[in-house]
Amino acid sequence: MLKNRHFLGWLQAAPLSLVLLVFLILPIITIVIVSFWQATEFSIIPAFSMENYQFLFGSPVTYKVFLATFKYAAITWALTLAIGFTVAYYLAFHIRSQTVQIALFLLCTIPFWTSNIIRMISWIPFLGRNGIANSTLIDMGLIDEPLEWLLYSDFSVILAFVHLYTLFMVVPIFNTMMRIDRSLIEAAYDNGASGFQTLVHVIVPLTKPGIMIGTIFVLTLVMGDFITVRFMSGSQSANVGRLISNDIALLQYPSAAATAVVLLCTVLIVIGILLRFVDIRKEL
Amino acid sequence: MAKVGYTRRALLKGGAAAAAASALPAPMLWAQDIKNITLRQFGTGVSNLNDVATKVKEDLGFTLEMTALDSDSVTQRAATQPDSFDIADIEYWICKKVWPTGNLQAMDVSKIANYDKIVGIFKDGKLTPDSDIAQGTAPHTVGFIPEPGATTFADEQTNWMTLIPTIYNADTLGIRPDLINRPIESWAELLNPEFRGKASILDISSIGIMDMAMVCEAMGEIQYGDKGNMTREEIDATFAIFTEAKQAGQFRAFWKSFDESVNLMASGEVVIQSMWSPAITAVKSRGIDCVYQPLKEGYRSWGGGIGLSQSLSGMELDAAYEYINWYLSGWVGGYLMRQGYYSAVPETSKEYMSENEWGYWFEGKEATDVITSPTGDTLAQAGEVRDGGSFEERMGSVACWNAVMDENQYMVRKWNEFIAS
Repeated sequence: MLKNRHFLGWLQAAPLSLVLLVFLILPIITIVIVSFWQATEFSIIPAFSMENYQFLFGSPVTYKVFLATFKYAAITWALTLAIGFTVAYYLAFHIRSQTVQIALFLLCTIPFWTSNIIRMISWIPFLGRNGIANSTLIDMGLIDEPLEWLLYSDFSVILAFVHLYTLFMVVPIFNTMMRIDRSLIEAAYDNGASGFQTLVHVIVPLTKPGIMIGTIFVLTLVMGDFITVRFMSGSQSANVGRLISNDIALLQYPSAAATAVVLLCTVLIVIGILLRFVDIRKEL
Repeated sequence: MAKVGYTRRALLKGGAAAAAASALPAPMLWAQDIKNITLRQFGTGVSNLNDVATKVKEDLGFTLEMTALDSDSVTQRAATQPDSFDIADIEYWICKKVWPTGNLQAMDVSKIANYDKIVGIFKDGKLTPDSDIAQGTAPHTVGFIPEPGATTFADEQTNWMTLIPTIYNADTLGIRPDLINRPIESWAELLNPEFRGKASILDISSIGIMDMAMVCEAMGEIQYGDKGNMTREEIDATFAIFTEAKQAGQFRAFWKSFDESVNLMASGEVVIQSMWSPAITAVKSRGIDCVYQPLKEGYRSWGGGIGLSQSLSGMELDAAYEYINWYLSGWVGGYLMRQGYYSAVPETSKEYMSENEWGYWFEGKEATDVITSPTGDTLAQAGEVRDGGSFEERMGSVACWNAVMDENQYMVRKWNEFIAS
């Protein structure tokens, strides 16, 4: 009987395990293997060579690009967290009627009904030298010359990231906030805590798992991105994703695979560190 | 025009039938079978036109399937997936990369009817007997192989051609004369501080490096042995100049796709940049003044051609030869030349163009009437002259061909560095 149950358990887990094995584990193993191969322009040579990694770690560009990637990730994270937390807080604690709450929440998702790329590219005519932002500012008399840094700069890259990914912060934070027992907040007030104290000592600690899930979403999305950086910086800045896409475009698959492996490890380490602070399983 | 087309068609059909009659016992059967033949062609967007496929069906009877890709993907596909195509429409520098893989088969020149009429650039490298051969991967250097099956190129014309030239042009910088207000004469202007924050270059390393070299040479900073095959020192020096300019904010953006270059120019973000001929046309068609500026140092040129897959044989191979002969017989050439490109056999294309069109596009004469593209857009008004003038003037002042260097991998890494700097 016991043996039977054991068998049944394996059987039930099998479909998911198989799917993960074929579509997640195997591709990653392939990437790792290919990262040790060598390539010329038109052929890939199966070999075991550390050359790709040697080049990667030996080049100052790699460090610069990883640094830029972290910079984008950190700034985007801070901004999406500030905006996401505020929006979620407002939705969860200031809107009393559930209908309005749902309506406003759906409102947040409306931009996501269009494609990622469209949302990003629509910033370009808006921020351009002769774009709406500049002409409005000039008409208002605030500036005399168009602001050049609005487009094709780190500013526009981060603006697009924040625009694209804030919702990934709002949703998990809102979700955790809705689960906070309201009597805890009443208790805080009854004990004489100010609004700010309640926020810092009650709401923020209880929202941590949501913040963490949002953080993981935003960090992985920003660190893995290449198209936003390319379009919004006018190809003038690079992040790790662009290094990989350039390599692929030039048929340097092994080199691209090596960069991908390093990026994967970096992201895993970051997430590993984050998970030491908060137990998100409590949330799930 | 239609009459000529019909004669041509009849001629080819007749020729095909005659060829078939000698090879097959039942030529009628062959005529039936050709309808079932499908040739799969892939290449860059410039010449992969659906209109061509439609015309092939009409004139030759078989089906031509077109796939348009960007030049990186084209190289990738030609090098790694030989069974996925029958006809590769690639650039000559791509041929230099792909030919050694053995995925393409050489063509028997004696089966090419108009071979003698092909422009000299593709045969001995000379437009006229006394013209100089430009630097870079000049088409004739990778145009022939010594014998079928060879993976190295021949130094002179042989009976075995790698690619049949189809389309080529001379590229230069595009400018917005209304925003610059003074004549531009040199490639060096791209890095002129006057245009700080208003210049752009294309982010495709193999072509971008050429434009960079033209600029550095024009500035008098670097003397290249061969711009198409730089040494590491030359590559380093070139990138040093451009990295400095980039950090000083010279560039507004880099572009990778055709549309990006059009938008940068049309919106006024950029007033001077490397550009492709049809992109200029696209900007102009929005009513914005834009010039494909001839420069005193000359043009950076490129050329494309059709190659046959190694796996083509039998009836499909015959159909492919028929297609190539049809391609050079004028209709396609006329179609491409009316967009501002050049045909490998200009004299056959002439029959498919009006006198006004031929004068404007090829001879550099003033247009006597409105010039329209094959799709009907107005490209020039009566009285206008083509930027750069006639065929001989434009193709005669080519300084460099698009190329792939021996130090390509090193260059690509430096390019990545440049973008990240």
